[in-house]
Amino acid sequence: MKKLLILSTALAGFTAAAAQAESVTVLSWGGAYEKSQVEAYNKPFAESTGIDVNMEAADNPATPIKAQVEAGNVSVDVADVEKSDAIRLCDEGLLEPLDPDADLAAAPDGTPASEDFIDGSFTDCGVANIVWSTVMAYNTSKVDGSPTTIADFFDTAKYPGKRGLRKSAKGTLEFALMGAGVPAADVYKELGTPEGVDKAFAELDKIKGDVVWWDAGAQPPQLLADGEVVMSTAYNGRIFNAEVAEGQPFKIVWDGQLMDFDFFVIPKGAPHMDAAKAYLKFATETAQLANQAKWISYGPARKSSAPMVGMYQDGKTEMGPHMPTAPENMGNALVNDSEFWADHDTELSERFNAWLAG
Amino acid sequence: MSDATMEPTELRTADGLPLKKALAKSQARAKRRAFLLVAPLFLFVLITFVVPIGQMLFQSVYNDSFSKNAPALGQWFAEHPLEAPIDESAFAALATDLKEMKANRTQGEAGTRINYDVPGTRSLFTSTARKADKLEPPYKEAILDINKGWEDPNLWRAMRSASHPYTIDFYLAALDMTRDQDNNIVSVDKTRSIYGTLFTRTALLSLIITVLCMLLAFPIAHLLASLPLAKSNLLMIFVLLPFWTSLLVRTTSWMVLLQQQGVLNDIMVWLGIVSDNGRLEMMYNKTGTIVAMTHILLPFMVLPLYSVMRTIPPSYVRAARSLGATSWTAFRRIYLPQTLPGIGAGALLVFILSVGYYITPALVGGADGQLISNMIAFHMQKSLNWSLAAALASLLLGGVLVLYWLYDRLVGIDNMKLG
Repeated sequence: MKKLLILSTALAGFTAAAAQAESVTVLSWGGAYEKSQVEAYNKPFAESTGIDVNMEAADNPATPIKAQVEAGNVSVDVADVEKSDAIRLCDEGLLEPLDPDADLAAAPDGTPASEDFIDGSFTDCGVANIVWSTVMAYNTSKVDGSPTTIADFFDTAKYPGKRGLRKSAKGTLEFALMGAGVPAADVYKELGTPEGVDKAFAELDKIKGDVVWWDAGAQPPQLLADGEVVMSTAYNGRIFNAEVAEGQPFKIVWDGQLMDFDFFVIPKGAPHMDAAKAYLKFATETAQLANQAKWISYGPARKSSAPMVGMYQDGKTEMGPHMPTAPENMGNALVNDSEFWADHDTELSERFNAWLAG
Repeated sequence: MSDATMEPTELRTADGLPLKKALAKSQARAKRRAFLLVAPLFLFVLITFVVPIGQMLFQSVYNDSFSKNAPALGQWFAEHPLEAPIDESAFAALATDLKEMKANRTQGEAGTRINYDVPGTRSLFTSTARKADKLEPPYKEAILDINKGWEDPNLWRAMRSASHPYTIDFYLAALDMTRDQDNNIVSVDKTRSIYGTLFTRTALLSLIITVLCMLLAFPIAHLLASLPLAKSNLLMIFVLLPFWTSLLVRTTSWMVLLQQQGVLNDIMVWLGIVSDNGRLEMMYNKTGTIVAMTHILLPFMVLPLYSVMRTIPPSYVRAARSLGATSWTAFRRIYLPQTLPGIGAGALLVFILSVGYYITPALVGGADGQLISNMIAFHMQKSLNWSLAAALASLLLGGVLVLYWLYDRLVGIDNMKLG
């Protein structure tokens, strides 16, 4: 009975809170990433507008969004989802449409939002907030010399030792093609042809016996630290953390980095639509996006934010060079083509899994 | 003899009811009470087990994400046989559906369903639906103007087959088969065939793990059963301690021990058994999967064996020995047959658990230590092709049931002792 009382009180409190207009619920990923959003977006937003932000976390925010909208009981106002999910949810009619220039703020110099964001930052229903990247990284204490290109990753004669790769077709095939000398700009065009796919698998064949496959983002830094692999693909934020916060002798090779976006979206039927739109507009302003980079090494999706990126929270590490979006890192960068993968994931994953098992 | 020919007189209770009826009445009450007592458990099993499994089986043959969004095409397919040319009327139906899809934003859902069958067609739906409002007759020309891809006869075959919500296509896919454009069932290209390999490998690895568990558990269980209680209890804790430890902790401990820069390899290099460049690969392959899973599943073999061995009186073996049997004969003909219920139970438990194992092979299996469960997880979580995941899982379930039936025929399920 007591439990029931507590529960009902909690529920009543919850509905009461939801009924107040001056709050907005944001669903994100938890961890260090959520912290960066709380510090850079939520606190200043609450200060300047008086609207409270409730932060909630999910393993993948796209899953509850789908369930909530389909059940007609939406409690989330803004969600942070991966780009491929932003496209999928939008296709299925579960998100509010978004018009970049009407719904987002212009850059400080007046450049409209639609031109100020990096290519690929918009879908019909969402806008990118950060750019993260899958990069090649190596352990400087285990590798003789210094690899500089993605081709070196596939050259075990020149740089002997095991390699870490993510156990999925998505991501791996792009690296294989770039390793075979295909420039970033042509990767998806090639991967759309049978010859291109064969070429990617031929490149992977070269190192098949030397690969340790990873699944979770936490694995590559561990494999590198153990010396189990000498080079690995990894999420740049994880390598940054190992390098700067834990002092590991890791180095990122930005050549052939594979960039991807996280998106802000508003579910259809969000309870506080106006506040949600205000939050989305505020959080994606130039200053807020630049400020977020102080907490985690994921790059702002706005071009005008890049020059404003400052120091890491330790106060001595310049964040600029660690950003996937830093101009010197963008030399041969590839943006993950979510539309391509929506079309070809089934077929390429089947072939990839068959290749792995064979 | 004379009793048997007599008309039997009906027995009655004191209040005149026939005895049979009275008995049935009082038993009915007892039955009702018994039913009410098991009702919570029955409901629980129904809700958490029967319904989900039923849903899963249903999902593997039912997928309406195309048929419900393309009613006009469904009608066209119903009216025209497979041989009918894809003419203007077909494209008109397509245009009607695309307009409807755009209005309801369902083009992604419908396209995804077709994309399972014919890769690369999802964007055909989304990009054409985007321009659907501007479509005007002649529709064939207008649609082909937007994208030539709509000409593909295989695409029309796939749409025809998806226009019924009930389909066996997902079972075909789960058996490495597909349909060609004339609707014949054919094997998929060798570069894409995978599930057959994985089903075989899952069965084979599970068998190896079961046999290893049996070989390792038998002496342990025997020792536990024959030691005095105080000592065997202490040993039992050693068996149970890993059982109580988190699965992830045990799996990662094996990684630390077995990886190339791991403890075991370091020791062997230090002892000079292998050279520094010749470190053994014992992790991220089949070996890793077998070692880690054998360790994790060992208690499931030890416990039923132990409980059976405890009940075998040592006097039987002593009697055999005193009658002149060698120790091997006494073991083979007297002791071993009595442990069979435990071996059967343990083997069944370990085998069924390892057939469905998922997290350990995912972590330590590398490329060639993956099992079918990893593919099911892949389709549940990443490709979101739940129908295919359901078909794979149903096949796995069917396989396990067949094995169970075989076991029942060969050993007899009554002979199983789970502890």
